[in-house]
Amino acid sequence: MKSIIRKILPLIGVVALYYLIMYLKSIKVMNPYHIQVLMFAGVNIIMTISLNIVNGFTGQFCIGHAGFMSLGAYGASIVTTLIFGGFSVAPNLRIPVFLLGLLAGGLVAGAVGLLIGIPTLKLKGDYLAIVTLAFGEIVRATLRLIEPIGAARGMIGIPPYTNFAWVLFFVVLTLIVARNFIYSKHGRACIAIRDNEIAADAMGINTTKYKIISFVFAAFIAGVAGGLYAHVMSFIQPDTFSFVKSSDLLVYLYAGGTGSLTGSVLGGLLLTVLPEALRAFGNLVNWRIVIYAVTLVIIMLYRPLGLCGGKELPFLKINRKSLYEKSIFSRKTIHPSEISN
Amino acid sequence: MSTLMQFLVYGLQLGSVYALLAIGYTMVYGIVGMINFAHGDFLMIGALSTFFLSQAFSSFAVNGTYSGLIVALIIFVAMVGTGLIGVSVEAIAYKPLRNRPKMSALITAVGVSMFLENFPRALPFIGPSPRSFPMLFPAKRFQIQGVMISTTQIIMIVLSLVFMFILYNVVNRTKIGRQMRACSMDKDAAQLMGININRVISITFFVGAALAAASGIFYASIYPQVDVYMGGWLGTKSFIAAVIGGIGDIRGAMLGGFIMGITEILATSVNSNLGYAIGFVILILILLFKPAGIMGKLTIDKV
Repeated sequence: MKSIIRKILPLIGVVALYYLIMYLKSIKVMNPYHIQVLMFAGVNIIMTISLNIVNGFTGQFCIGHAGFMSLGAYGASIVTTLIFGGFSVAPNLRIPVFLLGLLAGGLVAGAVGLLIGIPTLKLKGDYLAIVTLAFGEIVRATLRLIEPIGAARGMIGIPPYTNFAWVLFFVVLTLIVARNFIYSKHGRACIAIRDNEIAADAMGINTTKYKIISFVFAAFIAGVAGGLYAHVMSFIQPDTFSFVKSSDLLVYLYAGGTGSLTGSVLGGLLLTVLPEALRAFGNLVNWRIVIYAVTLVIIMLYRPLGLCGGKELPFLKINRKSLYEKSIFSRKTIHPSEISN
Repeated sequence: MSTLMQFLVYGLQLGSVYALLAIGYTMVYGIVGMINFAHGDFLMIGALSTFFLSQAFSSFAVNGTYSGLIVALIIFVAMVGTGLIGVSVEAIAYKPLRNRPKMSALITAVGVSMFLENFPRALPFIGPSPRSFPMLFPAKRFQIQGVMISTTQIIMIVLSLVFMFILYNVVNRTKIGRQMRACSMDKDAAQLMGININRVISITFFVGAALAAASGIFYASIYPQVDVYMGGWLGTKSFIAAVIGGIGDIRGAMLGGFIMGITEILATSVNSNLGYAIGFVILILILLFKPAGIMGKLTIDKV
């Protein structure tokens, strides 16, 4: 009974949050601009969770994550705008087309993640980081060359299918999927690789395989987030997804705290809203990025693990006892197939 | 043939900018073990401060050109000033994080980079608008067998080679150079041998930032426009150059810088987007076959 309440309560909270924001919108406390900022925050949260799976839970340094986001954004927009004709889609077909686009975006990003993951994940630490940075820039330079998708001018006329409800839905979905991944057999293998790669290898974990799994999984999520982003903006450009975007995502992740889903949500939300909130102080407009940068350095100096490094809200955590009960060690018989890997 | 030689001259010119900047990345990486993402912004500070210094000295200029002595003074002051900014950045932002996880230092560097770009931008007398850089070097052009060379290019390439030569000898032949090499091998052991690590790291940042300022002055002399964001892309590219050469190795940084500059000019002559991406493609190819760069040595994890 208690566990059912624990499962249902957060979902009730999310629905309540949605209605609260819709109510605030209807009484004109929040204007469409606020809602848009919240939608960007949602997209950034999904991207941060995706980056957290690679950097925070598997211990690999990916610093070109915007590359996957741009692949997803372009993949999704090609499906919804170029193949299905954008605004000319019949109203009752819009949602299936939108979802198909997001799926396509995710699959494109995931496939490319697999393609570059296989050769590069053998590199270690900083070198992997540099190769992912190069990957992001190569994607950007390539997109600038392809004429049918607008080359450097970007793609316009993408129907704005994404609304606040969709963003909230995908944030919750990503959180649930990411949590279940992290506490699964694969996720625990990834955490073992993060904590000590050599030891994990010695325990019989196929480290390259699990690194690729987490990389492709993260790339898929980033692709879906890119698709959502494209359908909020209804305009995408290769230069939006430059290294600046990747470093923003890193900032959200490390300020929020690695290895913590709560941290990703907090980091993505706070650091997207903070620069926008600083706009409210008219004469500070030029100083807002300075304040943002100083805040970031102070967070890193005084809380080097991020705001909630290693800590987690209860409903994003599966407690160790139930984990242990499910594990093969507590059962009487062990099937041979469970031992390999 | 003469076209190719012409591209080679431009490539050497751009390569010397990259090489000077890459040296700073590689020295900091070799000694502190962090990627200093704010390094490109030292280039911007060098170029901007040279702009303001040359305005301050504008009464000495005759018809918009400065005498050699004044130019040398301006460059010297700009380099020392940028070096001191580099030292203070290290002392304020990076020093407290020295024994923390690598990624927190990297994120701090991203924050410092944002600060260094946006603080001058927010100051009313600097602001975001680009400014045209003064002519510091005489721009006489002459032709050798169909190849156009300007005196600016010669001064740039020669000066950067001189800087690299001096630095190489300092690192390999002097006491402080030996201390630097000791720190890059094993910081704890170096400390036990009585080396003042804080001093070595400060000097490293000083030298790196001063060379970045020099490369900023050179870059602004070829493409005479300075603004607060000019350091970002140049920084990333020189960092890539340092990795191509083998990060942690000064000769590698020089080699990588020149490789980067020459291939970029050659590829840009085909297509401008190709020119932009070629460095990254070379990087991936080299890392796939030589995972530690051209000159770098691969370290093996020990348990």
